[in-house]
Amino acid sequence: MEEEVKAPVPEQEEYVINMGPQHPSTHGVLRLVVSLRGEIVRNVEPHIGYIHRGIEKMCESIAYPQIIHLTDRMDYLSAHINNEAVCLTVEKALGIEVSDRVKVIRTILSELTRIQSHQLFWATFGMDLGGLTCFFYGLRDREMVLDIFEETCGGRMIVSYNCPGGLMNDIHPNFQKRTKEFIKYFRETLPEYDRLLTGNVIFQERLKNIGTVTREQAIAWGLTGPVGRASGFSCDVRKHNPYSAYDRVTFNEILYNEGDSFHRYKVRMDEMWESMNIIEQLIDNIPEGSYAEKMKPVIKLPEGEYFQSVETARGELGVYIVSDGNKNPYRVKFRSPNFVHLAPLNLMSKGAKIADLVAINGSLDLIIPDIDR
Amino acid sequence: MEFSIYDFSSFTAWIDSSLRASMSPGWAVAVEMILIGIAILIFYAIVGLFLVYAERKVCALMQNRLGPNRVGPGGVFQTIADLVKLLFVELVPIKNADRVLFNLAPFIVIVASFMAIGAIPFAKGLQAIDLNIGVFYLMAISSMGVIGVLLAGWASNNKYSLIGAMRSGAQIVSYELSVGLALVTMVVLAGTMQLSEIIEGQRWGWFIFKGHIPAVIAFVIYIIAGTAETNRGPFDLAEAESELTAGYHTEYSGIKFAFFFLAEYMNMFIVAAIAATVFFGGWMPFHVYGWDGFNAVMDFIPPFVWFLAKTFGVVFLMMWLKWTFPRLRIDQLLTLEWKYLLPINIFNLLLMAFLVLTGLHW
Repeated sequence: MEEEVKAPVPEQEEYVINMGPQHPSTHGVLRLVVSLRGEIVRNVEPHIGYIHRGIEKMCESIAYPQIIHLTDRMDYLSAHINNEAVCLTVEKALGIEVSDRVKVIRTILSELTRIQSHQLFWATFGMDLGGLTCFFYGLRDREMVLDIFEETCGGRMIVSYNCPGGLMNDIHPNFQKRTKEFIKYFRETLPEYDRLLTGNVIFQERLKNIGTVTREQAIAWGLTGPVGRASGFSCDVRKHNPYSAYDRVTFNEILYNEGDSFHRYKVRMDEMWESMNIIEQLIDNIPEGSYAEKMKPVIKLPEGEYFQSVETARGELGVYIVSDGNKNPYRVKFRSPNFVHLAPLNLMSKGAKIADLVAINGSLDLIIPDIDR
Repeated sequence: MEFSIYDFSSFTAWIDSSLRASMSPGWAVAVEMILIGIAILIFYAIVGLFLVYAERKVCALMQNRLGPNRVGPGGVFQTIADLVKLLFVELVPIKNADRVLFNLAPFIVIVASFMAIGAIPFAKGLQAIDLNIGVFYLMAISSMGVIGVLLAGWASNNKYSLIGAMRSGAQIVSYELSVGLALVTMVVLAGTMQLSEIIEGQRWGWFIFKGHIPAVIAFVIYIIAGTAETNRGPFDLAEAESELTAGYHTEYSGIKFAFFFLAEYMNMFIVAAIAATVFFGGWMPFHVYGWDGFNAVMDFIPPFVWFLAKTFGVVFLMMWLKWTFPRLRIDQLLTLEWKYLLPINIFNLLLMAFLVLTGLHW
């Protein structure tokens, strides 16, 4: 007998509003059932599944190279990193070592992806807090990264540039030149972001000590990426478990101990600088070599379980593949950071104001298709 | 009749005398009222459309964009096209809404801003009614708009709208105090509440220069509180599109929405016009005592140009604020008013009184 699950009855004097599925600040089709008492949030209940496409189930009926194109559609702002995660898992299972050229290019593109994702975060976060001007500044600079992607990968946001064993094709001849131009430009432009938003008194007052998560809570809830690192949880996969070319570059893992919304924002701002450092170390020394290993026409993974995690712009993405030796996986599971980050929203925003809920939601930088998959 | 763009009083007197010559005094007043009403209505529409266009262009300037540039040269007819569109948009009836209040709310908002315009002196002699309590009247009328906002939020039968309306109520009631006290500070300096006399008192120096530090403080407070009172800029909590979708006017469509929209811009114009009148001398040109040649050049520029230039200068300042700052939270908004602006304001009022008593003002 299945027991019918009933929604909790709101207490008297509680004012229940539905934030979403269509709401400007939920960045997609997230629905938050918010119980209010005046302006104060008593309880937040996320309802997900409005953009569930069954990606994990679909993966079971398609071949490995095809899975890559589905992962673009999970966290669409980290599309390249998602692709890379699947490729790394498949390559690990087959025991293929890709050439240095592939590793370096993948790393550069991953960091470019991270920069453009954080740029969009900055743009939309400012908009969540009511400063509409940031949106245009963020998108203006993001366009340059997307142009680099367009030239090399063919796609702007949904890149699908990786394939098991390497890359779809070689980089565009302009790639290095344009990337260097972008880094030079963005090193001058990023301080402008700080002048517009970071130093603003209203902005800081809106965010400091709002939605605080302690280090213990962050570990207990499995918060990774900028959200975890703002609470002092050292969880950067690039540092602790380097993949691709991250073991040959030097960079700092950004850590703050405050764990509030402002420091989640700070982590992302500082990460953009680090990403530019990483790209600068690699862009001039892309080794020669083939851009893809020779693969069999039909890829079959040996029977077993394979796991690989990568650091997307939002946190740790884990790809877990169970193979029964066929050309399709038996089961695929994605450990997506956004799903995990949504869980403690209630914990963070209890007792806060409605405006704080929006700020906290923005500082988690949720991508709803990645939650539902 | 001699007509001059420097002094409209002879023109208005001529209209009055020629009307009185052809009909009874009662009818003459009635006809004058209608004429003034039509004139204000036309002015209202033109300034409203211009402000919407100006806001788009200013915001585009701030945001690295071009703004409207397709309809007409530089997109000047864009707002007219939008207005036509709004006129044709369906008025969506809301289920379980309080029909009467729902339909009444936009009119209250727009009538409040409409009434305020009557008391604003646009140029010498170009003022519908010169009340001897002009400043007081403007303060009283400009706070009436909140009733419409509260009604809109309540009657919409929408939870977001209600929160927006409640926020707006708390906000306007609080910031009304600061606006009032900032103006009272200037009234102490001017010694009168009549707007024409306030302007006349600024013939040899605008009050912002005459009043030294207290006048500057009063101006800063007035701009902050005035922005809050018009529900704009960093204080647009009542609308707060990222929190409450559109706040109190979420459920309004078509021309009723346009009323709210227009009223917001006209309120901004009124706040700026009061600031220009009380702090920057209204239509009074910039004079320096003793520099007769310079004063003559300044006098050559017509008064209504001075008035509009000052007003739109303040409007630009308010737009600049809006497109730069993120929004405040409701508790911060109230803290700012009750813990900072109000004590500073009261102290400032005493300082100004001291200044005037000791004759230290210029």
